[in-house]
Amino acid sequence: MTDFNRHPSSYHHWQLQIDGDIAQLRMNVDSEHPFKEGYELKLNSYDLGVDIELADAIQRLRFEHPEVKVVVVGSAQERAFCAGANIRMLAASTHPFKVNFCKYTNETRLSLEDASEHSGLKAICAINAACAGGGYELALACDEIHLVNDNNSAVSLPEVPLLGVLPGTGGLTRLVDKRKVRRDRADVFCTMAEGMRGKKALGWGLVDAIWPKSQFNDKVDARARELAASLPDKGKKGIELEPINAQRDGDTYTYTHVKVEVDAARRLATVTVTGPTGPQPKTGADYEKAGSAAWALRCFRELDDALLQLRFDHEQVGLIVLQTRGDAAAILQVEKDLVADRGHWLCNEILLQMARTLRRWDLMARSTYALVGEGSCAAGAFFEMTIGCDRVYLLDDENVKMTIGPLSDGLLPMSHGLTRLNNRFLAMPEQAAKLAKEQGSYASADADEQGLCTYLLDPIDWDDDVRIALEERVSLSPDALTGMEASLRFGGAENCDSKIFGRLSAWQNWIFTRPNATGEEGALTRYGAPESAKFDWRRT
Amino acid sequence: MSIVDLEAKIPNNVGLRENKRLMMALEKWQPKFLDWWANMGPSDFNQDQVYLRTAIGVGQGGWAHFDYVKMPDYRWGIFLADGPDDRKIHFGDNVGEKAWPEVPGEFRNRLRRLIVTQGDTEPASVEQQRMLGHCCPSLYDLRSLFQVNVEEGRHLWAMVYLLQTHFGADGRDEAEAMLERHSGDQDNPRILQAFNYPVNNWLDFFCFTAFMDRDGKYQLASLAESSFDPLARTTQFMLAEEAYHLQTGENGVGRIVKRTGEIMAEGKDPRTVGAIPLDVIQRYVNFWFTGSMDLFGGEDSTNAAEAFAMGLKGRYRESDGIYKDPKALNANYSLEMPTEDGKIEKKDIPLRRAMNAVLLDAYIADCKRIVERWNRDLDKLGVHQHIQLPDHKFNRHQGVYAGFRFNPAGEIIDEATWTKHHTDWLPTQADRDYVQSCMVHVTEPGKFANYIAPPPQGVNNQPIEFEYVKFH
Repeated sequence: MTDFNRHPSSYHHWQLQIDGDIAQLRMNVDSEHPFKEGYELKLNSYDLGVDIELADAIQRLRFEHPEVKVVVVGSAQERAFCAGANIRMLAASTHPFKVNFCKYTNETRLSLEDASEHSGLKAICAINAACAGGGYELALACDEIHLVNDNNSAVSLPEVPLLGVLPGTGGLTRLVDKRKVRRDRADVFCTMAEGMRGKKALGWGLVDAIWPKSQFNDKVDARARELAASLPDKGKKGIELEPINAQRDGDTYTYTHVKVEVDAARRLATVTVTGPTGPQPKTGADYEKAGSAAWALRCFRELDDALLQLRFDHEQVGLIVLQTRGDAAAILQVEKDLVADRGHWLCNEILLQMARTLRRWDLMARSTYALVGEGSCAAGAFFEMTIGCDRVYLLDDENVKMTIGPLSDGLLPMSHGLTRLNNRFLAMPEQAAKLAKEQGSYASADADEQGLCTYLLDPIDWDDDVRIALEERVSLSPDALTGMEASLRFGGAENCDSKIFGRLSAWQNWIFTRPNATGEEGALTRYGAPESAKFDWRRT
Repeated sequence: MSIVDLEAKIPNNVGLRENKRLMMALEKWQPKFLDWWANMGPSDFNQDQVYLRTAIGVGQGGWAHFDYVKMPDYRWGIFLADGPDDRKIHFGDNVGEKAWPEVPGEFRNRLRRLIVTQGDTEPASVEQQRMLGHCCPSLYDLRSLFQVNVEEGRHLWAMVYLLQTHFGADGRDEAEAMLERHSGDQDNPRILQAFNYPVNNWLDFFCFTAFMDRDGKYQLASLAESSFDPLARTTQFMLAEEAYHLQTGENGVGRIVKRTGEIMAEGKDPRTVGAIPLDVIQRYVNFWFTGSMDLFGGEDSTNAAEAFAMGLKGRYRESDGIYKDPKALNANYSLEMPTEDGKIEKKDIPLRRAMNAVLLDAYIADCKRIVERWNRDLDKLGVHQHIQLPDHKFNRHQGVYAGFRFNPAGEIIDEATWTKHHTDWLPTQADRDYVQSCMVHVTEPGKFANYIAPPPQGVNNQPIEFEYVKFH
């Protein structure tokens, strides 16, 4: 079991310091504390362990420090801002780990962007020294990039010329989509291992400001203060995020509201999510008192952790079966209360956390089937999870219902910006709009009528049909399924976020497995080795 | 300056007259260079006549033409050493192929970076030494300083020639940037940290030329092996001049050591007569020797491995055939690595990754030789206190020993021991103040400050009391 809990008091790799409405988050990677044995994290290069701490820091800024309006992402090391993902770690990692690592780091950076867009927490990147690869991709995820102009420090994406792979954390996409760097300039930049410095980096739009070394800290501080002064207050005092721990018993993980049962032999896992029990906070002020134990926050943080356990520790599980449990009315009440007090910073954060967790769910590179059978509670956010699955199996029983709540109309958007209803009914936008507006509860036959399930199964067929469906799915090629699912899950137009994941699962996934990168003579394998890479020159 | 004037002003064997692109580039760059020399070069001596050696050709005697010249009128030339037309690559992955007369596209950025990094050190040292003329220990030494300065200027020209000839518009930009960075400038410093240290007194200067310029020699020697033929031939010619600078440093420190020895042999305390005690000299040696080792790059370096594999940088004297395997593929290098628990372990790394360490080893052996020479002079005087070369692990800020504490004997020590003893090992402010107090200004021909012995002979067979600099 991988422990994703971290706390600023025991970070190895970051320094988080809060001063009024400005936070300083400085990277200071301890080279002797890699996530796994076998490599050193030199020059502020990072691995999963470093990124778990970064994700924790961002979460804590969001929940524990609502007073913070600007986070300055910098480095505590004089010689390096960040050298990107550690190459030796990548070269020594299995393919699934590499891809999961990239996906996780992407989600972390998206959470930084999400905080900027929706939480009033802006990020300024202060590049005080060399900034390469993943280091520049971290910068790209910030709102502003400030670079020291010392004739030496460069920003670069050297993956193509040095390693024969792609920047794995959205660098290419953000360069042209977010920063709108001209495509021919981006082409030059991405093939130039040494990157660009000072005025040229500024002129090409790779950074937003350059400052002489002697003024760098002062100028960045002044900008942070100016930016913070322009942003509204959110809240004074945050809540403490308690650690998330599952009881692990063999292949079963039991959280408070989430349970994961892995059936390794059948290559499937059942994820059961449970709705709230007992009284729940009504208002933002109530939530502040309740802290991180409230269902609306705890359940989705647990689900987040469960999904990460499945990704990193159960690579062979090909199919996740979703089961929902609980009281639909209780879920809907929680959601209505959150929406009613959405102007409160904490209600807002809780809703954003739900949305991020559901996007992580959408992005599982596993097949997902929802079983809406006896005792199910496909309501509200759980309804969203259900229709987020590749298929929905619904038991034909008048007591089994699917219930749409107030969050389905845009508060839980998918990566590409659509609601799951819109995404489901691309050909019938009026149906999506009607369902979102009605917020109805549909008994199974009705739900089928409304297009909410894939199969409506008669009780006498349920056990057999479900078993056959599961067995059939896990027999198919895992690679083909990953590609197929990623293509089918996100209908309609793309945006920057969805492109990042799409490019990752298609291009990077492919390049990582090609001999030109990871073969015996490939560029990634041979990086730092005595011999140079040899390529198969055929273009594909 | 017109193009015709330029051609007359710049001694060269690179066909400057026919090379329109280079002419046009130099026409723009040369006035900026002269501005830089006027503002950042030796302070206040530009109108004086200095007895300087000017290179006017690469043949026998061509590089040692002596005459009085005002430094701004020095004829900074561009020379490539002669070489066979069919030179072959003699190390790395492409061994046996024809050497490159032009830059291969795939190595363009890396070569440019190598040349810029090397080139940046040349004007840097001139800037570091610009105030020394005001406290010279003799006219002979003042001339030596200026000789070193103009030749470092010429080395800058050599690198600028390569950038302007082979690296297009980027190369021209880099050539200008080398005049814009300044040693010790907080906002626009020189690329390598040791070239931002101040060189305030003549002990600094001689240590600098003995150790830092010797590093330069080894870096140039590795580039002189390069598969990029113009770089190899340019640096081969630079090495001849660099050898003079090392001599200046080696002899200069040697003469200070010798003078101190003489005073000690007379039973006097060097401090009472304005000379520099051996323990102070030792601390300066410690500082500059260790700083120079940091310039070699990490002992375990993927960059170094790649530069070797690509054929950009060879080992010291690679072309003399002294190494068994020109590809350096099937051998390891045993590197001393500090461990977490305060021990040193030997670790085998692939030889190619250890190319910086291999070059450093050759350098250290060379430094041992010069220190032994100084000590022989002390022995002759009956002084048995010696200068010691510190261990290569001591006081390092780059490479595998950076971040650990070692004493000069190379034993790993804790922070408390370091705090207690580092003032025994590295120059203190009191040392600097004392050395500064010894820096009397001596300009009478044939006279020397009391902290330095006269040289055994003059320059170019001139007597020691020759008027090497005629003040205006």
